Amino acid sequence: MAMNKIRGAFAVPRKGETFELRAGLVSQYAYERKESIQKTIMAMTLGKDVSALFPDVLKNIATGDLEQKKLVYLYLMNYAKSHPDLCILAVNTFVQDSEDPNPLIRALAIRTMGCIRVEKMVDYMEEPLRKTLRDESPYVRKTAAICVAKLFDLNPSMCLENGFLESLQEMIGDPNPMVVANSVTALSEIQHSAPETGALKITNNTLRKMLMALNECTEWGRVTILSTLAEYRAVDVKESEHICERVAPQFQHVNASVVLAAVKVVFLHMKYIGPELAKTYLKKMAPPLVTLVSSAPEVQYVALRNIDLLLQKQPDILNKELRVFFCKYNDPPYVKFQKLEIMVRIANDRNVDQLLAELKEYAVEVDMDFVRRAVRAIGQVAIKIESASEKSVNALLDLINLKVNYVVQEAIVVIRDIFRKYPGYEGIIPTLCQCIDELDEPNARAALIWIVGEYAEKISNAGDILGGFVDGFNEEFSQTQLQILTAVVKLFLKRPDKAQGLVQRVLQAATAENDNPDVRDRAYIYWRLLSTTADQNATKNIILSDKPAIVTTTASLPPALLERLLQELSTLSSVYHKPPEQFVGQGRFGADAVQRAAIEEQLQNARENPLAAAAAAAAVSGTAPAPQAQNNVENLLDIDFDGGAPASAQSNDAAMGLEGLAGTPVRVQSPAVGVPAATPSPAPPASNNLDDLLGVFGDSGPSQPSSSGANGSGAANDLMNGFGGLDLSGTTSPPPNNNQGKKTNEDILSLF
Amino acid sequence: MLSGILIFNQKGENLIFRAFRSDCRPRLADIFRIQVISNPQVRSPILTLGSTTFSHVKHENIYIVAVTKSNANAALIFEFLYRLILLGKSYFGKFDEEAVKNNFVLIYELLDEILDFGYPQNTETDTLKMYITTEGVKSAIANSPTDSSKITMQATGAQSWRRADIKYRKNEAFVDVIEDVNLLMSATGTVLRADVNGQIVMRAYLTGTPECKFGLNDRLLVDTTDAPGPSKKGDGGGISGVKKTTRAAAGSVTLEDCQFHQCVKLGKFDADRIISFVPPDGEFELMRYRATENVNLPFKVHPTVREIGTTKVEYSVAIKANYSAKLFATNVVIRIPTPLNTAKTTERTSQGRAKYEPEQNNIVWKIPRFSGQAEFVLNAEATLTSMTHQKAWSRPPISLSFSLLMFTSSGLLVRYLKVFEKNNYSSVKWVRYMTRAGSYEIRF
Repeated sequence: MAMNKIRGAFAVPRKGETFELRAGLVSQYAYERKESIQKTIMAMTLGKDVSALFPDVLKNIATGDLEQKKLVYLYLMNYAKSHPDLCILAVNTFVQDSEDPNPLIRALAIRTMGCIRVEKMVDYMEEPLRKTLRDESPYVRKTAAICVAKLFDLNPSMCLENGFLESLQEMIGDPNPMVVANSVTALSEIQHSAPETGALKITNNTLRKMLMALNECTEWGRVTILSTLAEYRAVDVKESEHICERVAPQFQHVNASVVLAAVKVVFLHMKYIGPELAKTYLKKMAPPLVTLVSSAPEVQYVALRNIDLLLQKQPDILNKELRVFFCKYNDPPYVKFQKLEIMVRIANDRNVDQLLAELKEYAVEVDMDFVRRAVRAIGQVAIKIESASEKSVNALLDLINLKVNYVVQEAIVVIRDIFRKYPGYEGIIPTLCQCIDELDEPNARAALIWIVGEYAEKISNAGDILGGFVDGFNEEFSQTQLQILTAVVKLFLKRPDKAQGLVQRVLQAATAENDNPDVRDRAYIYWRLLSTTADQNATKNIILSDKPAIVTTTASLPPALLERLLQELSTLSSVYHKPPEQFVGQGRFGADAVQRAAIEEQLQNARENPLAAAAAAAAVSGTAPAPQAQNNVENLLDIDFDGGAPASAQSNDAAMGLEGLAGTPVRVQSPAVGVPAATPSPAPPASNNLDDLLGVFGDSGPSQPSSSGANGSGAANDLMNGFGGLDLSGTTSPPPNNNQGKKTNEDILSLF
Repeated sequence: MLSGILIFNQKGENLIFRAFRSDCRPRLADIFRIQVISNPQVRSPILTLGSTTFSHVKHENIYIVAVTKSNANAALIFEFLYRLILLGKSYFGKFDEEAVKNNFVLIYELLDEILDFGYPQNTETDTLKMYITTEGVKSAIANSPTDSSKITMQATGAQSWRRADIKYRKNEAFVDVIEDVNLLMSATGTVLRADVNGQIVMRAYLTGTPECKFGLNDRLLVDTTDAPGPSKKGDGGGISGVKKTTRAAAGSVTLEDCQFHQCVKLGKFDADRIISFVPPDGEFELMRYRATENVNLPFKVHPTVREIGTTKVEYSVAIKANYSAKLFATNVVIRIPTPLNTAKTTERTSQGRAKYEPEQNNIVWKIPRFSGQAEFVLNAEATLTSMTHQKAWSRPPISLSFSLLMFTSSGLLVRYLKVFEKNNYSSVKWVRYMTRAGSYEIRF
């Protein structure tokens, strides 16, 4: 009957549908009118424009049928803007309804009035709102509280003039917990949109009220109150202790968002309380965090991203919980990837055997992406935990023996990084060299060639191996070409007798037949170095100098950003590991702020962690005075990769070094390069160019992932280019190209 | 907060579009359809385009999407979307395209009630059902002012989950302890992971406003520094044969973590470890818990799988029941994966029936009744078709499902349930235990 007719509305509309609806809306029979309203709403949902029916729908507003009233209100909310003048006709009903003896109707009226965003309606809202804020029914009061936030959104000055904010502030003392929660919600919304109002000031008294309401209100209300408490800065240690004590029981709540919100409060207030007490709270929050991992996959994902943040700040909290992060066979990929990252983070001496066994299992699964990440994780563990390096290498060799193409390639890349930290695994080189023919990815080929060049003196047939590559030099990717070049030069310096001809051939090929400037320039540099007869050792010192060992291949956020994100626990920001400006707010507003923040971060990073600059300097300190060498690095990088303004235009030396080392993001022409870290590999494209420099200046790429991590880490792949593609060189003169890019983005957005 | 809630079917048709803020434009529906539904790649459940974030979950054959424009609380959004699904299920039995289409008016009504300006309000099913109902007769109650006052009092009260005037002739409470045991066993037979996710479901048919106290044989080590912890460990009466290591010698169980229904007074639990609550009427989940120590695994599985050349796989799977001979498990189903290019299979079993299910690439072995201490074997052979390029078989794990009454893997027991009410009536309590397979997987 009626149901079938409604379903029929999903079918292709017949001609004159609007006409039929109108006829129904003015029918003399109540049931026909109601049915027509339902059909109208259905058409509205399907995206059809039924605003022409406005007057006819409006006629049905005065009804005793609550369901019909709700439908008419729903229609009104959607189309009020198209008929602002006619809305006046509804005002009377609203005002009447707001005095109805039935609290449900009173609440409905005030709730809907706030959603009709028409200037005229706002004028009539004052009285009903004032009355309902003091209504005897808490249900009406809590609805009115939210309505104040709606009014503020529409007309802030009216809201302030009528003292509605003060009323809300008083309502934090309401005896009903839900009214308290909604008042806090409304105030914090106003506070965030207009901080100058100072809407939400927490005093000793309001704090007490909120903590009381916390145990009695709905789960959603608890989240609101907890979020507010997290933003609140306690006046003294005692207050912090008190807040932690009252909030900690919420860890046991069944709703994951309440648990996360409670964790956030305690985590932020923990800083101010005694270390002993803080430790017990850390212990207390571990089990609830683990429990979150067994919730629905989407919730799990949010929880895992947050756990990742917490672990970066407090690496030890989940030490004993490795097993819960084991991937289930049917976990969705986004959960699996995140679990892998967390497992690496909590790996330690005691659980590493277990972890490696598990990672080996993953590496034989079929999902290629997952397998690669698992192999990469083995490498990260090896580099993180020295005692596990041998087992990791053995595990990798086992995997290489499986002869699965992509596993082999990934394993070779990982082994290269292991070589860069631990000496003494040269014995496995022959095994690696056997897979040469299987490697078809530039990254893997480059890695193997680097190994051959680095250990040329220990590989008897290094000349033959490299010779093969030199023969096909022009068919290689430029990344591989650079490595071939460097490796051959290294071989020549180590065993001049074997590679005399080879080095000639490769330099010839790279300078005469190659049109990639990076390759050509590097070849020229080598050529000059080799032809300097003045001091033979100088060349050796530069090309064969000792490189600093890499520290880690696990990506971590820069400390300043981490602190920032911890404030944002459980929000989208914490999922993306990006500050909120990067994905909310208007483009125009966002872009500047983002750029400033990013540059600030780079500077800070340089101040705190001058390793990159130091590494570059250390590598060449043998021959040239350090500062000059560093300048060379920058200039070379600029010429090679940037092609833009000389770096000397900028002021801060350390920052520049970093910027240069961080590599490509400075290239403004192609916005796509701006999101290098979107591929969350430990060696993002940016550092590939660095690898090229390996031979000359010593590489600190992967040991410094934080510098490029600032540009957008991990899971943010989905962010639009314009926002990810922030441009670091924009301090002095933001290139016009970039701005244009932003604008187009905005235009697209404003279409929505 | 939330700017809008959208529901789509699998074809990308927009079934429900409810905007809560002015920044949620109808065009956003098209964008979600293009970017998520018609985009076949697997992705994260959160997608930000420009400054608009879509968070979606998929349930049955519909997408439920939350639209936000701010740095919203992601955990809250997903919890809310799942709550919406739960509400849908409890209202319509099943929350799918059919249900949404048939009840769209009611869904709009529900959305209007549970979200205001994008902030979640009361989402308690029992309360909502008092004034938003499927039958057309509902208006009668909601329209009368006195009843409505009562409803609204409950919807906002400190005990929003319970009406005041409940009466039963016979006061009864049923407690079901249901445990999902998870196992991950490696190919070499070592237990990689074994834990229990338990839930305690209660059906309370009690008069008035009863205050309940609930005791388990737990030994909560969540916080060892808490002094008042041991106060409740009186005598360990009524504890049956749960044999554990020395620490659990008194028959107590260590719960890693527990979570409670919102009726439980969390403050009291935190301070004194007493589970005290005023239950909702009817069925509800009182608590969930996790246990990882001393997990009793009801079944041991020994698979031997040999790939013979590229054309044949031989299976021999033995399964042994590891519980008392007095008990028996029902609906034991063992799924044994076969390679994707399996052409045909032959099976022999010492008990139950085995069948090849090509669409799942599984041999499914069903044993309707499995007595304790029994052991059964399946021998099977899968013949493979040859393929032009050989692809390695990923060997998904063998998985089990079963249910076993009067057995808890964690060893958990209910020690007491006390009901205090001002009328001082006597009440009857029933307890039932059940263990089911959660993800019970054995690699081979």
